[in-house]
Amino acid sequence: MSRLKILALLPLAAALSGCDYVVLAPAGDIAAQQRDLVIISTVLMLLIVVPVMALTVLFAWRYRQSNTSARYEPEWDHSTKLELVIWSAPLLIIVCLGALTWMGTHLLDPYRTLGRIKAEHAVDQSRAPLEVDVVALDWKWLFIYPDYGIATVNDLAAPVDRPITFRITASSVMNSFYIPALAGQIYAMPGMETKLHAVVNHAGTYKGFSANYSGAGFSGMRFNFQGLDDKGFDAWVAQAKSAGGSLGRTEYLQLEKPSENEPVRRYGTVDSDLYRLILNMCVETGKMCQSEMMAIDAKGGRGHEGLNNTLPLTYDKYARRGTPLGPEPTFVAGTCTPDAPQGQTTASIKAPIDIAPLTGAGLKRPTFTPLKSSSFFLGQRPKSDS
Amino acid sequence: MSPDLLKLIFGRLGFESLPLHEPIVVGTFAVVALGGAALLGGLTYFRLWGYLWREWFTTVDHKRIGIMYMILGIVMLLRGFADALMMRGQQMLAFGGSEGYLNAHHYDQVFTAHGVIMIFFVAMPLVTGLMNYVVPLQIGARDVSFPFLNNFSFWMTVGGAVLVMASLFIGEFARTGWLAYPPLSNIGYSPDVGVDYYIWALQVAGVGTTLSGINLICTIVKLRCPGMTMMKMPVFTWTSLCTNILIVASFPVLTVVLALLSLDRYVGTNFFTNDFGGSPMMYVNLIWIWGHPEVYILVLPAFGIFSEVTSTFSGKRLFGYTSMVYATVVITILSYLVWLHHFFTMGSGASVNSFFGITTMIISIPTGAKMFNWLFTMYRGRIRYELPMMWTIAFMLTFVVGGMTGVLLAVPPADFVLHNSLFLIAHFHNVIIGGVVFGAFAGINYWFPKAFGFKLDPFWGKMSFWFWVTGFYLAFMPLYVLGLMGVTRRLRVFDDPSLQIWFVIAAIGALFVFIGILSMLMQFAVSLLKREQLKDVTGDPWDARTLEWATSSPPPDYNFAFTPVVHDNDAWWDMKKRGYQRPLTGFRPIHMPSSTGTGVILAGLATAMGFGLIWYIWWLAAVSFVAMLVVGIGHTFNYHRDFDIPAEDVIRTEDARTKLLAGAK
Repeated sequence: MSRLKILALLPLAAALSGCDYVVLAPAGDIAAQQRDLVIISTVLMLLIVVPVMALTVLFAWRYRQSNTSARYEPEWDHSTKLELVIWSAPLLIIVCLGALTWMGTHLLDPYRTLGRIKAEHAVDQSRAPLEVDVVALDWKWLFIYPDYGIATVNDLAAPVDRPITFRITASSVMNSFYIPALAGQIYAMPGMETKLHAVVNHAGTYKGFSANYSGAGFSGMRFNFQGLDDKGFDAWVAQAKSAGGSLGRTEYLQLEKPSENEPVRRYGTVDSDLYRLILNMCVETGKMCQSEMMAIDAKGGRGHEGLNNTLPLTYDKYARRGTPLGPEPTFVAGTCTPDAPQGQTTASIKAPIDIAPLTGAGLKRPTFTPLKSSSFFLGQRPKSDS
Repeated sequence: MSPDLLKLIFGRLGFESLPLHEPIVVGTFAVVALGGAALLGGLTYFRLWGYLWREWFTTVDHKRIGIMYMILGIVMLLRGFADALMMRGQQMLAFGGSEGYLNAHHYDQVFTAHGVIMIFFVAMPLVTGLMNYVVPLQIGARDVSFPFLNNFSFWMTVGGAVLVMASLFIGEFARTGWLAYPPLSNIGYSPDVGVDYYIWALQVAGVGTTLSGINLICTIVKLRCPGMTMMKMPVFTWTSLCTNILIVASFPVLTVVLALLSLDRYVGTNFFTNDFGGSPMMYVNLIWIWGHPEVYILVLPAFGIFSEVTSTFSGKRLFGYTSMVYATVVITILSYLVWLHHFFTMGSGASVNSFFGITTMIISIPTGAKMFNWLFTMYRGRIRYELPMMWTIAFMLTFVVGGMTGVLLAVPPADFVLHNSLFLIAHFHNVIIGGVVFGAFAGINYWFPKAFGFKLDPFWGKMSFWFWVTGFYLAFMPLYVLGLMGVTRRLRVFDDPSLQIWFVIAAIGALFVFIGILSMLMQFAVSLLKREQLKDVTGDPWDARTLEWATSSPPPDYNFAFTPVVHDNDAWWDMKKRGYQRPLTGFRPIHMPSSTGTGVILAGLATAMGFGLIWYIWWLAAVSFVAMLVVGIGHTFNYHRDFDIPAEDVIRTEDARTKLLAGAK
């Protein structure tokens, strides 16, 4: 494999000198393995592509009209042997590539915890992975370091050779979290959580950005990712701590408002529950968290009382979404049941009394202990590490 | 007038909706307005309106409708390509702190419009136009199964194009990317008319596409001439059949997903919202369940064209007809099992990703087999390098590269690093330009003499060919390189100055393609002027093999005076070989469908309804909808649906041809 790799890299290397082919020369083990797959697959396919192109040129030249010495067989249109070859040659390549794909996809699944730091270096189990919560905002990146109680905007750092676990979500629209030098990308989507496990092997400053168009300020959603040695990383954390600002719910609601080309910001302290609230779309007080709604639904819902829940659930921003058929969001105005065949309006249902911020206006907290909220999400896979 | 009344009449349309603050748009408008006025004035001055209305707009002749589709495709190509030039210009300039010359509001519309126009209003009309023109001739039919429906389908496609064009000057187009993913395309984040233009343009055009699909399936299944069993159909007809099956099975998905998005936008449902249990990922799934088959809808007919062209210009039977047909059918089926490869990076599990990755790779097996079949058709042939064959060779060399990068992107871990990058952009332009566009040009050069009775000028054709091909490589090879540098798509400004050189090369490539397009227009103009020199009276200028070449060029209204009888899959070649003699007597009246203006009117009303819905002009939408119903029902009382071409007319036409053929000898 490595010989193949070198062979394939030779002509490339000649062409590349001077440019930053980060996808082909990354600094993290995951991206390096992905690069290997790119190269091996390409070489495998060239096995068939090169002969096809050569034959095309050869036949096109040899059987040109003016070459009357070439054989001409206008009625020849079938050969079982040739047919076997032309179907089985691509099939063989695809069988190899398919096997490679199956293994590679499972080994490099972004949800999979790392098995190694780099080639022939297993993960040091005594050293916990660095956890980073990533939030794509309009149009900047928020990074929360729950273990250190700090947060930054458009600035990301990690110690070299320490596994990193990213938990990724977004505030409004879809983005894609991508640091080519570190690992492949994964989407950041509102109300959903994706994950990425990666490790950086070489110290340095690398580019990170959003790889999925997300609106006007998309081009400016860039940040630097620094791979630092342990001392450097401690200094970086200390720098954030000393920055002093604090990121709570109010500050977050300010921060998430659309803005473009944001400079780096640092927060010395951060609300430890903030990421969960963002993920559940309930940072604003008075909002019902998705996890709670799902817990209620999982218990069979709350019947008519649930009708009053529409407002606390409204999330999509730039205020309550207006629609052309009326400025207010629409919701069920009444229901008919066997008991009330003429319909029962929400007015006749008990009005909300208790406006507990996170339980939803008008609803009593369910009497059971909710499961750990994050496990309720779409796109969220069962946790292997908790 | 009170604001309420104004709102009632004009909805949200007002003077501020006109993009007067965008000098580029205003300039374009001036040019378009002047050109349009000159065109309309010319038509009026030369009293051509009556002719156009009677002979073209209301025609139900599949040949004329086919030609109109081609004109629509070429006109929209100019618009879509103007967008491409603007993008290349912006990305070439926006370095080192420069903002380029397009602001985000404008640039984001440009790349969205480019994608939408190129797929829906360039590639689709070109492909549909060729199928419309050629398929009935290839199967020895006099028209499609439902000639009125054909006319209506065409005008619905035009209606969609009109809405997209209107968005340039009235309001704005979507700023979402060509597939308008929610939540970005939902009302909360895109409250303007852009996405509504997108939705209604595609809905109106989509009706046309679906109906045209039904029509062509029915035509191929029911109207083949005697002797033409399924396995004796020309390969282009086979690929057309598969394409139209794909259309009928996948366009309803697009219709539904856009309908759900409009419900979200108009009445506040929550299919694709973030809150209330909506799932934007459901939209992404649904749109790609349409979107991936769409790719094959475009490329399968191109494969058919290449098959006809290779066989004709190699002077040889197509190698492996049966395996070609099975390959086409396998691709048709598999194209439904791969949609998720467009979003491996949205967090599906490894097994799901592997499944869709491997199904995608499997498609390359029948595609590879096709490639070999063309190769062995050339083998021991006698290849004439006319323009269609040149495009075919360019296709074979270009498409394998695009196919290879496609399979590469189907490996999920590779996709994680290349998804949404310029590498992906290079890949799909590689297959769409290298496959569909080259195929359409091969088809245009191949069938043009059939449609108009004279060949296209080879000099300007070759100019166009070489500029297009070199332009393509110059424009897109740098994007592969940029993709490997981790540069992502749809960026408006860049910070790394070392990238600039690649964008400059790409922009030069785009200019080459531009010259290629101009050369093609020049080719049409020059050929028209030199039509006497380029004239073909035989009806078979290429010594071709399939039935469309058995009749005159251009074919008479009724295509064939006598329905041909087929014994071989290269029917016309077989007839020539066995010394076929054109019948000279015994002509009878021929039963044909009548023209009708209903299609134009219905499509006009549908477009007006779309416009009303876009701008919240509810009365206009309601009135147009009711009018559509009235016109539609009214049309069922139209009893002048058909007529007979008298035997004398047939005799006159056929005698004229006999004289021409005698003169040619």
